[in-house]
Amino acid sequence: MKKTFRLEGLGCASCAAKMERDISKLDGVRSATVNFLTTKLVIEADESEMDRIVEKSRKIVKKLEPYCEIK
Amino acid sequence: MNLNRMLTPLIISTALFITALIANISNEYVLIALFLTAGLIAGHRVIFKALLSIKNGQIFNENFLMSIAAIGAFLIGEYAEGVAVMLFYRIGEVFETYAVNKSRRSISSLMELRPDHANVMFDGEMRTTDPEDVEVGQLIAVKPGERVPLDARVVEGNSMIDTSALTGESIPKEIEPGDTLLSGSINLNGILIAEVTSRFEESTVSKILEMVENSLSRKAQSERFITRFARFYTPVVVALAALISVVPPLLVSGQEFSDWIYRALVFLVISCPCALVISVPLGFFGGIGGASRQGILVKGGNSLEDLALTEIVVFDKTGTLTKGVFSVSDIKTVEMSRETLLEIAAHAESFSDHPVSQSLLTAYGEETDKERISEAEELPGHGVRSVVDGKTVLVGNAKLMDRFGITRQDMYPVNVARTGVVIHVAIDGNYSGAVLIADSLKEDAAETIRTLKKSGVKRTVMLTGDVHEAGTAVAEKLGLDEVYSDLLPVDKVEIFESLLSMASKSGKVAFVGDGINDAPVLARADIGIAMGGLGSDAAIEASDIVIMTDEPKKVVDAIRISKRTNRIVRQNIVFSIGIKGLILILAAAGVASMWVGVFADVGVTILAIFNSMRALKLLGNR
Repeated sequence: MKKTFRLEGLGCASCAAKMERDISKLDGVRSATVNFLTTKLVIEADESEMDRIVEKSRKIVKKLEPYCEIK
Repeated sequence: MNLNRMLTPLIISTALFITALIANISNEYVLIALFLTAGLIAGHRVIFKALLSIKNGQIFNENFLMSIAAIGAFLIGEYAEGVAVMLFYRIGEVFETYAVNKSRRSISSLMELRPDHANVMFDGEMRTTDPEDVEVGQLIAVKPGERVPLDARVVEGNSMIDTSALTGESIPKEIEPGDTLLSGSINLNGILIAEVTSRFEESTVSKILEMVENSLSRKAQSERFITRFARFYTPVVVALAALISVVPPLLVSGQEFSDWIYRALVFLVISCPCALVISVPLGFFGGIGGASRQGILVKGGNSLEDLALTEIVVFDKTGTLTKGVFSVSDIKTVEMSRETLLEIAAHAESFSDHPVSQSLLTAYGEETDKERISEAEELPGHGVRSVVDGKTVLVGNAKLMDRFGITRQDMYPVNVARTGVVIHVAIDGNYSGAVLIADSLKEDAAETIRTLKKSGVKRTVMLTGDVHEAGTAVAEKLGLDEVYSDLLPVDKVEIFESLLSMASKSGKVAFVGDGINDAPVLARADIGIAMGGLGSDAAIEASDIVIMTDEPKKVVDAIRISKRTNRIVRQNIVFSIGIKGLILILAAAGVASMWVGVFADVGVTILAIFNSMRALKLLGNR
């Protein structure tokens, strides 16, 4: 299952690259992309794992860009 | 963030900074206080973010590095420079935000294709709903000036529609009942009532948007390079800064710590890789956006990058280089004018809907007069027998002539006859002439092959399932280098494999086809180009690039866009790495000040962004 999120307040391109790398490494994530220009995060993972992964991704994003929010 | 909210503190800070610089303040404490205030107004947010990220265990980010540079400058007594670092960094950020917003906007203007409502007809009444809620088979009304929300077939009304957002074609298209309406096009004048043929998720506009939005997940080689480079760049520069601040003063006598710390701080100022990380993907995205405005959909940065390296272009024949529609290409007669023969043949065939009769009627071009026809009989597999103006007319293949005992004349030599279908005509038992019906070339096919050669493609090849004579005739007319004919779909893959192995190591082989029968080859190609819009889902799935129109010359346009995009991306990479390297050397030598460092860092980012934006611009006509 693929889910798309908006990253509000994404301001730094190299942070976006780091987010993508870190989220991709989470357990259960089949693929993750962060598009700096469309400010979109796309996560592909099993539906049953999605909630846990989104929660972890939220933390990763917060850590890298404190003012950035997953919507 | 809101630009105005960002600007106010910067203006106040700049004013304080200038005052401190030019006003003759003798009291050192007042001066420091003034600089400190200016610095904090500009940079408190940066320092705050830096602290936050330290708490989160992230050290090497730009906020932290800038904070260290500014605070360090203050500690070694370079107050003005410390403020300058923060101030220019922030001003740079404002410009960067502006530039990024601008490019985000031009990307979202592409996304404006998305229709926001549909007028659905319920019992003759019109109701406005979300396009996503409309079902297949429902009737929708499209008013003048509105965007077609879903793919549909017109049932009522005539109008002109503008398909430029989908195909890049600027000439409006005439639409009448029975025609297909593609979502995303704009209705120009009359009201149209149409029956929805696909749900919103499957309609053309959704597919285009999805493709463009997802295109960045398939990263180009140079993009991957730059992300890897960025990962090492910052730690390396920071490590160098640490070494430079300590090693020379310790090893060489007479060297001041403050002097070398200053040089190290300049290193920190330019240690952020942002210019590169933003501008490379932005360049590709710009190229993909620019291409989609011309009706060329590119599915990934990697395809756009590879296209410039195309060495061999392989075309499918029918539907790609030729129209795939049979039409009258020649008429030969015995003792009568060609016009008369065509007129009689068209009348004889006017009751048939066989493709051959359709071609004859199209070539005749006028309405047939039904009064002149008194009898009409279709003889399947042979042709027709009709009575026109009281004369018995036979129109059909050789078998028909033999069946009625007509002596045929060989109007066309065998090699010409085999390029199409020969239709014989006999009037009152006498052989009168023949019509050659063949697939015709697309208008821009020859030009495409010619310009491909000019743009650096080494070989052009055509694959076809047609007979040898037909294939060779087309290849000769178009100036193709090679042609393989009499192929079954399976053979196409095999031949394509051998062509793949003929390209040089870095060279790419592209395949252009309409997706009918050739999806396996599309998938196998380095760059698979599907032509003729979003007709076949299998073709879209298998291809890397989709051309919305039927014009082969868009392949040339796509290669041109690819080359231009690659050039812009390369410029950005060389320029950003070059300038940063130069400043690092100058800083180590003690020549570059922190001012120069900040300017270089921010300036390079902004220039690179604007350079990337050029990729989005429409290419002028050649």
